[in-house]
Amino acid sequence: MTRLRAVMDRARQTGRKFLVIYLTEGDPSPEQTPAIVSAAADAGADVIELGVPFSDPNADGVVIQEAMQRALVAGGGLHSALDSVAHLRSSGCEVPIVLFGYYNPLFVYGTEAFADAAKGAGVDAVLTVDLPLDELEELHGPLSKRGLDVVPLIAPTSGSERIARVEEFAPPFVYYISMTGITGAAFRGASGGRDRVAEIRSLSGAPVAVGFGIKTADDARSVAEYADGVVVGSAVIRRIASAGAGQAARAVAEFVAELRAGIDS
Amino acid sequence: MSEFTAAGPATPGDGRFGKYGGQYVAETLMPAIHELAGAYAAAAGDPLFQAELSRYFRHYVGRPSLLTFAANLSSELGAKIYLKREDLNHTGAHKINNCIGQALLARRMGKRRLIAETGAGQHGVATATVAALFGMPCDVYMGAEDVARQSLNVFRMKLLGTRVIPVHSGTCTLKDAMNEALRDWVTNVEDTHYLIGSVAGPHPYPVIVRDLQAVIGREAREQILGLEGCLPDALVACVGGGSNAAGLFSPFEGDRSVAMIGVEAAGEGIETGRHAATLGHGRVGVLHGSKSYVLCRDDGQISEAHSISAGLDYPGVGPEHALWKDTGRARYLTRTNREALDGLTLLARTEGILCALETAHAVAALAEVASDVGPDGIVILGLSGRGDKDMSTVARAMGTDLGLDGDRNSAAGSNGQGGGEEGDR
Repeated sequence: MTRLRAVMDRARQTGRKFLVIYLTEGDPSPEQTPAIVSAAADAGADVIELGVPFSDPNADGVVIQEAMQRALVAGGGLHSALDSVAHLRSSGCEVPIVLFGYYNPLFVYGTEAFADAAKGAGVDAVLTVDLPLDELEELHGPLSKRGLDVVPLIAPTSGSERIARVEEFAPPFVYYISMTGITGAAFRGASGGRDRVAEIRSLSGAPVAVGFGIKTADDARSVAEYADGVVVGSAVIRRIASAGAGQAARAVAEFVAELRAGIDS
Repeated sequence: MSEFTAAGPATPGDGRFGKYGGQYVAETLMPAIHELAGAYAAAAGDPLFQAELSRYFRHYVGRPSLLTFAANLSSELGAKIYLKREDLNHTGAHKINNCIGQALLARRMGKRRLIAETGAGQHGVATATVAALFGMPCDVYMGAEDVARQSLNVFRMKLLGTRVIPVHSGTCTLKDAMNEALRDWVTNVEDTHYLIGSVAGPHPYPVIVRDLQAVIGREAREQILGLEGCLPDALVACVGGGSNAAGLFSPFEGDRSVAMIGVEAAGEGIETGRHAATLGHGRVGVLHGSKSYVLCRDDGQISEAHSISAGLDYPGVGPEHALWKDTGRARYLTRTNREALDGLTLLARTEGILCALETAHAVAALAEVASDVGPDGIVILGLSGRGDKDMSTVARAMGTDLGLDGDRNSAAGSNGQGGGEEGDR
């Protein structure tokens, strides 16, 4: 069982709402990524979604685009992401890590070779924004052979017949994009999400994390009322961008603690 | 002659051309592209839609376009060369064929707003044109660098009532405009149709755009049979995303004796690394919704493409071209910026036709093709667009400043060096 599945099981048993924190590998530099991941985990993140920087992140808003651009300039990429995860595991950090990204870097690496490398580094699951359910087997096949998972995305536009297909992938959790749009857009409140999340949970048989636009502890709390997990990304990246030199890990830890307290309150 | 037929020889139900194509897009967009595929299949089988499209082709675009025998060029190069005159279409290029068809589709689907990406601005102008014609609000995304080097087309779009949104991310060119258009579409998918301008993007776009552009090849085939009584030996067309080439080639695909030759931009020279020869020198990858050849680094990051022609300045290419390359059904050559300029002046001098810089790459390959087919051989060149939009770029490349471009600083090094810090990876 992966670290991620163990955490999902524990959350289910205890009723704990899981907090997923998105971080961009290599922002502000690949050297700082392991410390930032550790800090987020120590402050209460249950899962880390580690974004692999990509030159053309067309599902992301400007905050994550800029983070990816900074990361690429600083030498971040798929190789450094795998290195960061391996480094974290060798230093005893056991937080579940979902690699997030776009398909081309994985495809060019070779999906079988990538699955080997991900397994070797200690990655638990992979989430690719441009592999919808219809194309996901291309990556799910190589990963599942090695005991790793994919995390499928479900959108407000997805019909129930699509949601039902998620079951094929037996995912540890489903990521529900709470609105049509790109990452970092304005939060439109929690209304309407409740029924969707219940539908996704029942059709997919998996816990549901909700993301997109969640920026504050209050947003997180309102979503956690009905979702199994909460994903926060752009708001974390903003904290990193505005932190002083060497302060990124501390800024992330403070913010994650706030979010955690919001969810648990 | 201009009827639209949907059933191309390789229309895949699953969106694949061999291993290429597919639907590599965000989940949010999947219902929209399924809806589009369904609407397209219904429209393609609907005589009313076909009649409406034919009517616009004939009475608005000005189809059928001429097939002109290029007597002087033929005697200079030593083959019988015909020009398929898409430059004579309304708006001056082949792009309008696709835009009319997709706008009619959008209307059938009840989408009230159009968005598009544009490189050279030709597709943007064509989209702005149909938006005006059908009374639809329209936003066109255009790389900031292209906005600077294609100021004339920017102005045309604005006059047509379209909002032109400069894109400052990434390399500030066509691929970034497409990224931004995708971001818009994913946000406004309920009421917006994304009018993709080339045979790229997720299925069903490569099929829809090819079928709508196939009017070029169907007309050319009928015209050459009428004029020469036989099929041509070779077709030559420039390839950026590849829509005009796919449109010219696809009706001849089953005619095995007809060579299909695509010409990509070699930019400043393949050896410099500053080129846009995706098929010739790229690798298989996934970009903008489909699997095809792409220009990217070993680590999977998309490379910047370089060409004097904004319309060819794209690091991807349509998936059907990838299949044609692999099967050998089509052959792909490259021509540099310099060779394209020579091609442009050759056609101007011999035939009195100023072609677009995109087309000029194909013109520059004619001498090679002519020597392959010999003096009795028949060659059809896809003359995809007219050159007015490129005059300031051409003048600058030839050392003359016409003083036409507004923003000289952003246009610095119009072959792709502009953009300053923003353009650096």
